Amino acid sequence: MTRRQQRAAIIMGGLALLGAAAGLVLYALDETMVFFHTPSDVVEKGIAAGTRFRLGGLVEAGSVTRGRGTAVQFAVTDTEKTLAVAFTGILPDLFREGQGVVAEGRLNESGVFEADSVLAKHDETYMPKEVADALKARGVWQHEEGAAKP
Amino acid sequence: MIAEIGHFALVLAFTLALYQTIVPLFGARRGDATLMRTALPAASSQLALIVIAFAALTFAYVTSDFTVHNVWANSHTAKPLIYKFAGVWGNHEGSMLLWVLILALFGAAVALFGNNLPLALRSRVLAVQGSIGAAFLLFILASSNPFQRLDPAPVEGLGLNPILQDPALAMHPPLLYAGYVGLSIAFSFAVAALIEGRVDAAWARWVRPWTLAAWMFLTVGIALGSWWAYYELGWGGFWFWDPVENASFMPWLLSGALLHSAMVVEKRNALKAWTILLAILAFSLSLLGTFLVRSGVLTSVHAFAVDPERGIFILAILCLFVGGALGLFAWRAPMLKPGGLFAPISRESALVVNNLLLAAATAAVFIGTLYPLAYEAVTGAKISVGPPYFNMTFGPLIAVLLLLVPIGPMLAWKRADAWAAIQRLWTAALIAAAVGLAVLVIHWRGPWIAPFGIALGIWLIAGSLVEKAERIQLFKAPLAVSWTRLKGLPRSAFGTTLAHMGAGILVIGVISVTVWRHESVTVMTPGSTIDVAGRSVTFLGESPFTGPNYTAEVARFRIDSGGREVATITSDKRDYLPDGQSTTQVGIEPFLTGDLYLAIGDRAQGGRVVRAYFHPFVHLIWLGCAVMFLGGAVSLSDRRLRIGAPNRAAGRLALSQAAE
Repeated sequence: MTRRQQRAAIIMGGLALLGAAAGLVLYALDETMVFFHTPSDVVEKGIAAGTRFRLGGLVEAGSVTRGRGTAVQFAVTDTEKTLAVAFTGILPDLFREGQGVVAEGRLNESGVFEADSVLAKHDETYMPKEVADALKARGVWQHEEGAAKP
Repeated sequence: MIAEIGHFALVLAFTLALYQTIVPLFGARRGDATLMRTALPAASSQLALIVIAFAALTFAYVTSDFTVHNVWANSHTAKPLIYKFAGVWGNHEGSMLLWVLILALFGAAVALFGNNLPLALRSRVLAVQGSIGAAFLLFILASSNPFQRLDPAPVEGLGLNPILQDPALAMHPPLLYAGYVGLSIAFSFAVAALIEGRVDAAWARWVRPWTLAAWMFLTVGIALGSWWAYYELGWGGFWFWDPVENASFMPWLLSGALLHSAMVVEKRNALKAWTILLAILAFSLSLLGTFLVRSGVLTSVHAFAVDPERGIFILAILCLFVGGALGLFAWRAPMLKPGGLFAPISRESALVVNNLLLAAATAAVFIGTLYPLAYEAVTGAKISVGPPYFNMTFGPLIAVLLLLVPIGPMLAWKRADAWAAIQRLWTAALIAAAVGLAVLVIHWRGPWIAPFGIALGIWLIAGSLVEKAERIQLFKAPLAVSWTRLKGLPRSAFGTTLAHMGAGILVIGVISVTVWRHESVTVMTPGSTIDVAGRSVTFLGESPFTGPNYTAEVARFRIDSGGREVATITSDKRDYLPDGQSTTQVGIEPFLTGDLYLAIGDRAQGGRVVRAYFHPFVHLIWLGCAVMFLGGAVSLSDRRLRIGAPNRAAGRLALSQAAE
């Protein structure tokens, strides 16, 4: 092979690899992207049962009821609309009534949000950012700004 | 008074950093050795000043001086002493101070130990290093002053987030920062080389140990963070693809790529422009990590700063350095002389493939991390990209890379025979295939990733060992000859073997935990017993406990294995005094085959919700990281890489000649 052919072979190989990687990324993004909605969004946008999304809002005071074993039911509210959530497992340490929460899962046929994770990432000590933004947008944010701490 | 001394030292360090940026650069341009030389004392004095500032803040923390706003906001008199020290960097202002401290430490190291560097290159490197220092010192002074006073002083502080009060996490930021900031040296060398318009083998030999050290620190820093998340957060996960984890993972991937491409520059004088670009990008990702973590655009335990002004400031620094360096690259890189040629099948090509795959994997992580931010900025809708995305993109890319890892070191430089290399690896391939087959038979209905992943890990380990055996002609020559050959190998060769084996061990750990982890969540009453992966766990009961700065409910469990009692472990729920935050401490009983992991939840129906896991071979994850780190350390101790060791006298001579 000549010098030019060698270089061309290496460059073509590299481009093919990067092309494959780019295709993989686009496909994966399309497949795995999950939207964030508040209970009002769920009603307004008419989210269909079975669509996976993240639900955020406040845990409605007095709504937490424990079922058999580790089953828990509670309601998530953005003060306008409220959505019932069913979850089985251990709730995070900072799960409290009246506090912000993010749950991931899907709506079932009877309109209950079946969560498979509740704030499954780091247990933040403060309001999840998405919830705070969503509540601010609805004008029901009363907590002081500087309250967030590590 | 002490706080004011610290503040004043920072101001002095800033002016000195400005001097260090401008004067040596000017001196190097004019060829004025006296001006260039002033970079050395400037760099060491800058370190001294920042040490004074850091000591002042530490003093304020240890003495609980609540007249300093930062101490009040992040400390408490009841906090154990070790966390008063660690609390210094457990907040935004203090952690930025630590950042510049480590930056100054690396700069001073180049000034003090870089005697074999040509004076012009050394002064330019220090100038670039000084400019980074100046930017961050200005950032601290303008928007994140850790010495700000509070009047009147409160009697008690607010305390440090209890989940951060942990030994592993106390060490996590300094190690991670040492890695991030260590890459600044590679960046400074790259920019200095672009200014000089010259990259040669010697340049690569200087850059490699710094990159290696940074990569080692990142390895340990990330591993510690992952270990902490594993035992502290109570979910039993070791990696969440959380944006802040990705922020440290991306520089780790690219510094790995840089280590390999610098080898090509050193040995074959090729891939120069690409190596320079990698050095710039690796540090850019460190800066991006600092921006993501510190700006508050992401929510996590790391997001101390909620002040948008700070985010914009760091973004400006990021744009200035990344944009400046890339602009310089676009202008000067075409002037670099093209280096040695190589065939499509050769060690060089193998390293190019390594770099392409690592860069593509980094890009996949980058897109997954930043796409939600970009999407929200454009459409206003909030989305999240979770682990499935990363498994689908990063997974295959890294799997292909790891499959090729054992083949690379078998290939000769310039032109190689791929088939011969694969033939020499047949023992390793056979072992890996046999193990994979065994896994397939035992777990017939399991996911295909299990046999594949375990075989891949074994292939990495066995392939690395076979490569060494081939090098020393084991069983082909008399043992004495092999022994002599083994002793004759450079240490960096063993470093490579260890690092690649570490990757294999890590893969086996990750795959076994992911595929075979056993989880059960049940309500347990005192006296009840559950079975967790063949071990029985008995809930003995719970009792209250009062710690130095918390109260807790401690649940005790007895573990029986094979019909006899193995241990009694506890898991507790703690309420921390200052602000009533609660955390869960998990109980872990390590077995040879994995960890039994217990975390208690809320009270329910006269008992406790208990989350019990068995994590098979989870310790291999951290063992793998430790072996990779060890590989780096062995390689770093190689005489050829040790800075100044082989030809110190010659270096001195060159220096004195340059001075004349």
